[in-house]
Amino acid sequence: MIWAVIKVLVQTALLLLLAPLVSGLIKTAKARLQMRRGPGLLQTYRDIHKLLRKDMAIPTTASWLFHATPYVVFLATLLAGLMVPIVAADTPVGLFGGVLAVVYLLGLGRFFLALGGLDTGSSFGGLGASREMTIAALAEPTLMLAVFTVAIGAGSTTLAEMVRVAIGQQWRFLAPSQMLAFAALFLVLIAETGRIPVDNPATHLELTMIHEAMILEYSGPYLALIEWAASIKQLLLMTLLIDVFWPFGLPQVLSPTGFLAGLGWLVAKLALLSGGIVLVETANAKMRLFRVPELMAVAFTLGALALISTFLF
Amino acid sequence: MQNAPLLESLFNAGLIAYLAGAAAGLAGIRVPRRARVAAFGLALAGALLEIGAAAMTLWYGAAATWSLPFGVPLFSWSVRLNALSAYFNLALGILAASVSIYSFGYLREMEGRRNVGVLGFFYNIMLLSLTLVFAAANAFFFLVAWEVMAVSAYFLVSFEHEKAPTRRAGVVFLIMSHAGTGLLLIGFLVLAQASGSLDFSSFHLLASKLPGWEQGAVFVLFFLGFGVKAGIIPLHVWLPAAHPVAPSNISGLMSGIVIKTGIYGMALVFFDFFDVPPVWAGMLVLGAGVLSALLGVLYALMEHDLKRLLAYHSIENIGIILIGFGAALLFRALGHPTLAAIALIAGLYHTLNHAIFKCLLFLGAGSVLRATGTRNMEEMGGLIRRMPVTAVCFLVGAVAISGLPPLNGFVSEWLTYQALLAGFGSTESLTRMVFPIAGALLALTAALAAACFVKAFGISFLALPRSQSASLAEEVSLSMRAGMGILAAGCVALGLGATWFIRVFDPITQQAMGVRVSAALAAKSLVLTSGTARGGTVSTIGIAAMLVLLSALPALFWLVWSRNSQRISGPTWDCGLPGLTADNEYTATGFSKPIRMIFSALYRPRREIQAEYEVSPYYPTAIRFESRIEPTFEKHFYYPVEDWLLRVARRMRSLQAGSIHAYLAYIFLTLIALLLFGVHR
Repeated sequence: MIWAVIKVLVQTALLLLLAPLVSGLIKTAKARLQMRRGPGLLQTYRDIHKLLRKDMAIPTTASWLFHATPYVVFLATLLAGLMVPIVAADTPVGLFGGVLAVVYLLGLGRFFLALGGLDTGSSFGGLGASREMTIAALAEPTLMLAVFTVAIGAGSTTLAEMVRVAIGQQWRFLAPSQMLAFAALFLVLIAETGRIPVDNPATHLELTMIHEAMILEYSGPYLALIEWAASIKQLLLMTLLIDVFWPFGLPQVLSPTGFLAGLGWLVAKLALLSGGIVLVETANAKMRLFRVPELMAVAFTLGALALISTFLF
Repeated sequence: MQNAPLLESLFNAGLIAYLAGAAAGLAGIRVPRRARVAAFGLALAGALLEIGAAAMTLWYGAAATWSLPFGVPLFSWSVRLNALSAYFNLALGILAASVSIYSFGYLREMEGRRNVGVLGFFYNIMLLSLTLVFAAANAFFFLVAWEVMAVSAYFLVSFEHEKAPTRRAGVVFLIMSHAGTGLLLIGFLVLAQASGSLDFSSFHLLASKLPGWEQGAVFVLFFLGFGVKAGIIPLHVWLPAAHPVAPSNISGLMSGIVIKTGIYGMALVFFDFFDVPPVWAGMLVLGAGVLSALLGVLYALMEHDLKRLLAYHSIENIGIILIGFGAALLFRALGHPTLAAIALIAGLYHTLNHAIFKCLLFLGAGSVLRATGTRNMEEMGGLIRRMPVTAVCFLVGAVAISGLPPLNGFVSEWLTYQALLAGFGSTESLTRMVFPIAGALLALTAALAAACFVKAFGISFLALPRSQSASLAEEVSLSMRAGMGILAAGCVALGLGATWFIRVFDPITQQAMGVRVSAALAAKSLVLTSGTARGGTVSTIGIAAMLVLLSALPALFWLVWSRNSQRISGPTWDCGLPGLTADNEYTATGFSKPIRMIFSALYRPRREIQAEYEVSPYYPTAIRFESRIEPTFEKHFYYPVEDWLLRVARRMRSLQAGSIHAYLAYIFLTLIALLLFGVHR
């Protein structure tokens, strides 16, 4: 029991502390690649700290739902994060839900975030909510197809089990089905975390923003919670990708020595994946909204091919 | 079974209460107040008695059969309360009880303006016939109850008959319903001919013993016949027309339980009459399920009439139920009874879940309709402040129907996913590809449903009121709130208590597949598994508990950093224009516009804009905007069929010349034809 509590605490702390770092890393690396100096690795921490201490402006049109949303989003995302193996295959609350629960908990957060956007009564909130829900709906089948491909291979939707099977088969990630599923999930990652070419996390230009439009009226501690949740979501989706496709170096159960090794590997792999995201973000321009379905169709095709190649190979 | 007499009396007492309620409704036509209290009070009593009978059957897990002491000779009016029928009767009882409570308040304002007594009469008759549909033990009795249900539902749908769309919807409902009954009649006759009896017990596993093509024909007849009632696509056209025009308490029952009679019938035929159905049958049901789920939600997204939107979602959820049933059929055909049991449980669980949250949402829509006088979402808004309880109840329903944790919709969708995933390993043939594809499309459906309910709740309840009537809306009466509250509590209970509730299915799967799987599904007392702990686990109660525990964190942040943070109230950013109004808000049409554009191949949207101006086109004096989507199924299937029928009827009219000699000749010819047929046999 004590051990379980410690595991939950360790993973919670890791999620809270690591997530802003990854966001900072991506921001800085992107700036460097574009010949800018960039804000520095620790800027996201400073932002969250600053926002937590600031006053809040609450729109007069907002109801209790506006106040509840940041908490629901933060808690649902954090709980989803606790279900994902980060430094050990054995997750603290893995018994409470596998990969399906992770997907649906993120869905719960998104549901409330969209409602929070609508609650303000501003056109931006509605615009962001509408686009976010549409893009999420288009990304969802691909996400499930890719998840199914991996879950079928592992015979389980429990993440610990999926990781265990993946560790057992060292070079499996080179199999066609795994490569295709990885590509599909990578596109889903881009869409779900609101990255270029689907959404631009750095913009506040009316017509192009999606996620930022939904949360336009949030400020102070509420905004801090939402931003923090967004970076945790990004971390957990990236970790999910890493866990399932490159799980090497991940210890089975949490132990002090294994923890450091696991953490080291994780950070290295996160850096590599962030590099990929940075390259994609730098090499592409943001798409028009109605080109996004085409991208998602490509992702779905990749997912379907992954599934079919499971059948063939 | 020891308690059979008690069970029998409970069940019969419930029927008598419904009958008394119907009589009270009729007797009280002139005194609406008494009629309302008596008819709906007795309906409530009947519902509670039926819940008792159903719960007893499920608890003891044994079937009981007896004959009702009325009716004509020759045919036995026998009732059979087994696990499957008790399960559906339980769902019916829960809905009937909450809707009856809701109706006390809902109908109070109708007194004097409408005939509440007649409504109470048909309401009780419908509940009575529904109970008997689920409990009838032979085909004849079943069809009688089925017809009474259809006719009473017709009268309830057409209750507000002074409006032309209501009358039209009622007629379409009646015609389609009878077309379905016709198919059922043929199906039952084929079975009765093979067994020599009309008793359901004699049909047990009989259909699989029929010769090949007859077996297929029986399956298709029943699937289509019950499919009309369930509202599967493309047999759904009556549903989005009929459900919204009925009074809202009736809409809740129609979408909640009346369409489930189709599901009950399918469960009866697929898992009782058939032993091992052919593989194509499973594919057919699974395919119809996926199609109904996806198209149902896509059409729902285009609606801004709150009740029509909910009606389309019924089609979607029937599709999700059929995905479970289809998978169960396939597993049976492939020889995996345990997997079949899990898939059947997924379908049945979703049946009850959908009954509860859809009824809740319809009652919520009814409250909104009562408070604002409109079903058009574009004229609502801001109701969360004017109607806080209704808003919370509707939100619970919206989260549940979107399949989000930790409520009940999530549990049944999770079980469906797990069944589909397990299906991939169940066979080596290419058949297995359908399972993950169905799963992916189910994910698309669920995500679109979430989008649709963000729209339904967000546009109707949040932000600024979009019309005068919305800004003056008032919270509904206590009994209406209580009716919704019970159902909302049901959504939470069926979500958090999944591991306890799952035991209810043991006698059903025992009866259908000969296996009991609840011990495996709820191996760890608070954690649901996918049959094996290795396959996947989920715990809604664990998720809920963790969400509560984790909320210590934001509280901690607040204490450490945000203690001195002040809240300033200010207007929403309006781009510098003077003052934000409801006109600045996103509309329901605008919200679903991206989806309308993306799926334009399906919708074929049309829009017309007419602007009137005097001086320059940039300063219009009036703008008229109209946007609509093509009713694909009506245009490409129903209208041609209707045309064809009318043309044939016009030809046939010449037969009916009005001459008595011609008619005598027809009778003579028919007689000879029948005699020849008899001799030939």
